[in-house]
Amino acid sequence: MQQEFTLTIFSENHVGLLNQITTAFTRRSINIESLNTSESALEGIHKFTIVVYSTREQIEKLKGQLEKKIDVLKVFVFTSDEIIHQELALYKVPTAALLSGNEIEQLVRTYGARIMEVTPDYTVIQKTGHKSETQELFVKLDKYGVLQFIRSGRVAITKVREELLEKYLKKLRIDNKIKDIETF
Amino acid sequence: MEPQSQLLMEKKKNEKEILSGSEALLRSLLCEGVDLIFGYPGGAIMPVYDALYDYQDKIYHVLTRHEQGAVHAAQGYARVTGKVGVAFATSGPGATNTVTGIADAMLDSTPLVVITGQVSSSLLGTDAFQEIDVIGITQPITKWNYLVKNAEEIPAVIAKAFYIAATGRPGPVVIDITKDAQFGKVAFEYKKNNYIRSYTPIPATKPESIHDAADLINAAKKPLVLVGQGVILGHAEEELKAFLDKTGIPAAWTLLGLSAMATDYHLNVGMLGMHGNYGPNLKTNECDVLIAIGMRFDDRVTGDVSRYAKQAKIIHMEIDAAEINKNIKADVPVLGSVKDTLPALTKVVKENKHPEWMAEFKACDKIEIEKVIDKDIFPTQNGLSMGEVVHKVSKAFNDDAILVTDVGQHQMVASRYFNFKQTRSNVTSGGLGTMGFGLPAALGAKLGAPDREVCVFIGDGGFQMTIQELGTIFQTKAKVKIIILNNNFLGMVRQWQELFFDRRYASTELVNPDFQMITKGYGIECAMVQSRDELDGAIQSMANHDGPFLLEVKVEKEGNVFPMVPAGCSVSDIRLE
Repeated sequence: MQQEFTLTIFSENHVGLLNQITTAFTRRSINIESLNTSESALEGIHKFTIVVYSTREQIEKLKGQLEKKIDVLKVFVFTSDEIIHQELALYKVPTAALLSGNEIEQLVRTYGARIMEVTPDYTVIQKTGHKSETQELFVKLDKYGVLQFIRSGRVAITKVREELLEKYLKKLRIDNKIKDIETF
Repeated sequence: MEPQSQLLMEKKKNEKEILSGSEALLRSLLCEGVDLIFGYPGGAIMPVYDALYDYQDKIYHVLTRHEQGAVHAAQGYARVTGKVGVAFATSGPGATNTVTGIADAMLDSTPLVVITGQVSSSLLGTDAFQEIDVIGITQPITKWNYLVKNAEEIPAVIAKAFYIAATGRPGPVVIDITKDAQFGKVAFEYKKNNYIRSYTPIPATKPESIHDAADLINAAKKPLVLVGQGVILGHAEEELKAFLDKTGIPAAWTLLGLSAMATDYHLNVGMLGMHGNYGPNLKTNECDVLIAIGMRFDDRVTGDVSRYAKQAKIIHMEIDAAEINKNIKADVPVLGSVKDTLPALTKVVKENKHPEWMAEFKACDKIEIEKVIDKDIFPTQNGLSMGEVVHKVSKAFNDDAILVTDVGQHQMVASRYFNFKQTRSNVTSGGLGTMGFGLPAALGAKLGAPDREVCVFIGDGGFQMTIQELGTIFQTKAKVKIIILNNNFLGMVRQWQELFFDRRYASTELVNPDFQMITKGYGIECAMVQSRDELDGAIQSMANHDGPFLLEVKVEKEGNVFPMVPAGCSVSDIRLE
């Protein structure tokens, strides 16, 4: 059964890592719906958050092939009920549309959005939420002519208390495997 | 000695030598025990070749005639020695020519370090002359790759490359070195690598997995062992034999598992797969416990996976965690190196014998001998068969030569009828199925095992894909025995056209050049055989000749390889004719 999965991938931070990771998806012809990457809470370790639609079986095989990459430390697979996730959306609308009535102001209030910047020409609105929510606001705002719209990749945090990678690294340390940190 | 001069000596010892990146590369290779390199020079790797000029007494460089040949030769060398094969190539076309060999090594888990020159770092990304994104191109076909832009990085990167290539499930590593890094200076110090935090070469074995496996084996009435290359790569041939001796379980080998046991070992029941033996294929779907040791359930072994060993409990002993449940679901996965897990398992399994079960294999053998094997190796029709040539060559070398094969019908026939007495005696392109692999791989195998005979079987199609390496064989005088099984066809494709495409022989018939004249042009002794009465004599002169020799045998034009599990069929649908 196809369903949504969020993968968090922890890796070293080298040139070409993104390519290493995405080729594993390409090989199995799995489309990436959303991708976000930045340094993780652990210094020197990079974190990728990738959202895909696939089957549990495919994802388990993909996980194995990702973890096989030399520079990948660990991959965790989550279904959406196992994580708190969020996306950020920015909307640029003509300021004139705001001045001609209070509908946009209403939308901003209802959707818990914020006005970031107002110029005589345009106004930038920001909203965080799930994709469906930011999309809904886009549809509603578009009646007034959205000039630009951008949505970030998903960021996610697990519902368990500590960072799972920390646990994994601790285990490595216990197995006496962690020695010095590599320099390249 | 004066205390002061002693101090000076001490100081000198602690001072690191300042070397060029190129020399540091060669010194690093020496530290890894490399004494043989296959390669081809060019603009972007010239500083390395210039440094090599001063190291000719320590490192033997074999100049192949094409970079693909260099990589295949390094593969042949690695497969027979168990060491890491090393190849050099220049940037751009030099590097792209290595791609087929690297992909082949990736699929067949062959440890390689391929060093490619790259344009200077200031030119990266500018479409400079002979610049290509080697890291991007080789990323999906390497175990690891890395671009070196500073001479200082070279020793540590080479150490890491060798550690990754050789450990765990082995594989190819590509190191791309910019020209300025080759010219740059480095204070040389070499430390071997034995740890990378994001890399676990040998996964931990769960103790309960050993016990669960032993329980299944002890209760089994019809167990079957599948022997893969993992046994050879893990140096676990003795451990395998001890396990089989104790449990009395019949064992079949995969194409790459050939020579992990002796051919005549009493529990060896033959080869698995599309053109494997009748018994092991058929019995896969009748056994009650299947014990896969260091193999990956390739589709050429399993046929239709939905009808593969459904009745059996499956134990999968494997070093690569990503192989577990990839193709066939394992009831008991046993992670770890078979070098460790096999003895652990042997300790806890019961001593046993399976005479009735073995007799079932013998009965299958009888059918196969009658319907296929006798016709193959003792044919009565006029045309020479591939089987009889392979059988006679194997015997002429006392069943103890190294077998190298190219890809196609001759590969399957040679794998079926060549016999082995010792391990690391089979070099073939299995996973990628690379035509043109045989000739350069045989050269590498011979240089890796100079005291052993190396016989390479090649078809007339594959021969012409890397025929230029006859030049390398001539130059190195490597005493390779080359057997061309010439049917003037791309035989395997023709067989499929005959069986599945209504005999529509589209682009499979070859009009060949005079291979004898070509071989003579390269200064290599040769002979051609067209009839059965010439065969023994020609094989003898090949065996007696002290040097490289090419024997061309004109075989039956439209011979077929059987048994056969047609693509997409179940192993139990194996056809004998």
